[in-house]
Amino acid sequence: MSAGVYGLLAEFPSADALCAAARRAREHGYTRAEAYSPFSIEGLDGELGGGRDWVAPATLVGGLLGGGGTYFLQWYAAVVDYPINVGGRPLHSWPAFIPATFEITILGAALAAVLAMLVQNGLPRLHHPLFEVEEFELASRNRFFLCLPAHDPVFAPGPALALLEDMQPMLLREVPG
Amino acid sequence: MNPPPSPDTAARPPRSRAIPELRAGWGYADVSDKIAGIVLSGRFGWKWWTAFLLACGGVLALLVAVSWLLVKGIGIWGVDIPVAWGFAIGNFVWWIGIGHAGTFISAVLLLLRQRWRTSINRFAEAMTLFAASIAGIFPILHLGRPWFFYWLVPYPNIMNVWPQWRSPLVWDFFAIATYLSVSLLFWYVGLIPDLATLRDRAGVRGQRGAQVAYGLLALGWRGEARHWARFERAYLLLAGLATPLVVSVHTIVSLDFAVGNTPGYHSTIFPPYFVAGALFSGFAMVLTLAIPLRAAFGLQDFITGRHLANAAKVLLATSWMVGYGYLSEIFTAFYSGDRYEIYMTVNRWTGPYAPVYWSMLACNILLPQLLWWRRLRQSVPALFVLSLAINVGMWMERFLIVVSSLHRDYLPSAWGMFYPTLWDWITLFGSIALFVWLFLLFVRFLPLISMAEMRELVRDSAKGKA
Repeated sequence: MSAGVYGLLAEFPSADALCAAARRAREHGYTRAEAYSPFSIEGLDGELGGGRDWVAPATLVGGLLGGGGTYFLQWYAAVVDYPINVGGRPLHSWPAFIPATFEITILGAALAAVLAMLVQNGLPRLHHPLFEVEEFELASRNRFFLCLPAHDPVFAPGPALALLEDMQPMLLREVPG
Repeated sequence: MNPPPSPDTAARPPRSRAIPELRAGWGYADVSDKIAGIVLSGRFGWKWWTAFLLACGGVLALLVAVSWLLVKGIGIWGVDIPVAWGFAIGNFVWWIGIGHAGTFISAVLLLLRQRWRTSINRFAEAMTLFAASIAGIFPILHLGRPWFFYWLVPYPNIMNVWPQWRSPLVWDFFAIATYLSVSLLFWYVGLIPDLATLRDRAGVRGQRGAQVAYGLLALGWRGEARHWARFERAYLLLAGLATPLVVSVHTIVSLDFAVGNTPGYHSTIFPPYFVAGALFSGFAMVLTLAIPLRAAFGLQDFITGRHLANAAKVLLATSWMVGYGYLSEIFTAFYSGDRYEIYMTVNRWTGPYAPVYWSMLACNILLPQLLWWRRLRQSVPALFVLSLAINVGMWMERFLIVVSSLHRDYLPSAWGMFYPTLWDWITLFGSIALFVWLFLLFVRFLPLISMAEMRELVRDSAKGKA
């Protein structure tokens, strides 16, 4: 196997077959194996060894920043920078500041959730070595793929090939790097 | 490098079993090809083109009406003192109400694990986006000097003024802007895996332009398991965030009225009453759109009788909530002992706008009672006609809320009438044409049902989890 190889790719007909394959790869010490499916399969990322996920904390931070920032902006504008005396009513009229604060809390949290998801997933990334494999287009339609990448610490060409062959995939391909 | 073909490789690809939300016999590939094919085959036929050209005509009429408004000012409408809020504000409330069902279906039904959400959420979200965008146009047009609408945005400016934070109109700006942005995010995130499917299908079909366009929009989505896990988490969080947002938006819209001291406006029932009305009109619009869509594209296997019947049940329930709002308004008016409130209420029954009031009751309260009959909930033509009647009824409700209070307020010497002008009508029907136009483009270029979620539904039904 040459140096310019991204990894080995095996194709499976069903989600259960992919889950079983992912479990076996994990048992053989692979921590960076990648599984591709046309829909979300609950728990599959756990079978592969999981990945870090800070979508939820990022959402919290985004919401706090949005809400806190908006409340501060209103307080600053209404109390410090542009105070208007309306019949002696308090300048810091906090109940009236809640609607905008609430709305921007939601907006900040939603933006943070989506951004965190994209950044952590390394998207947008318009090209990827896997797209060089012609059959990989089925990963978004009806087929399930397991990829043992060459950058996995335990990856060795011979044993990796043997392991995948033993799983009896529908198809086995070398992914050029 | 291919291994020898072995006949007993793992399992065979699953096929759906019949469940109320999906008919039997569909596999992953079939649902993907069926839905992607609608977009990629490009065969839209004379019906689509006729509808599209008619909608184009309506959009042009709207553009003319808006241009004339910009030239002459809002005097071309029937608004005057005392009725300074006419069609524009009524249309705004109506459209933003319609825009509620999409996010409700996507977010609330997702959190409640309602499976009948799956095949209707995508186009309902598109409906929400378009309706909310159109709604946002009306208050801006109504401003008198629409080109200064950005003064609502808090930004450091050379005038050294800030928006009035205690005004519901500023709250409204934040509510609508946030609702639009979050609905767009929710819709787009849900679309990403489907855009990847379209990219790959277009590639197989050799449609290079489509492949590049969908590929750019799909952001390079590959469907890796860890990506899916983060995607699901983000999607669930968005649903959780959108749920209180849906309730907040029409609440804030209702505060535009309830904070004002006008007979018929100044009422604490307004926020829940507006939210219930929004769901009512939104679900009516979902039916108005779903029924022609499933017929036009042969989607009866995906959008089944169960979906329509469930939407009909929501209509029946929300119709009662709206009815409770009407009753509560009447009760509060008489209980208050305030002669202006009482007069305004009696005036709705017997005054110049009484025909609108009684038609509204017929459309929103009386007709929906037919939905108690199972046969009616299962009759597609009846549901379609009923959904149209409810749309009209809800528009009349918005009109009445805005106009009937203003034309008889606290100063009898200033009482007056509102008569819509031709431009009012052109703007209303033009906005409907714009909605249809956007929706036709949506079904032409984007998958109107979520393919990824349909594949999941196939798996669940095949496993008997469903």
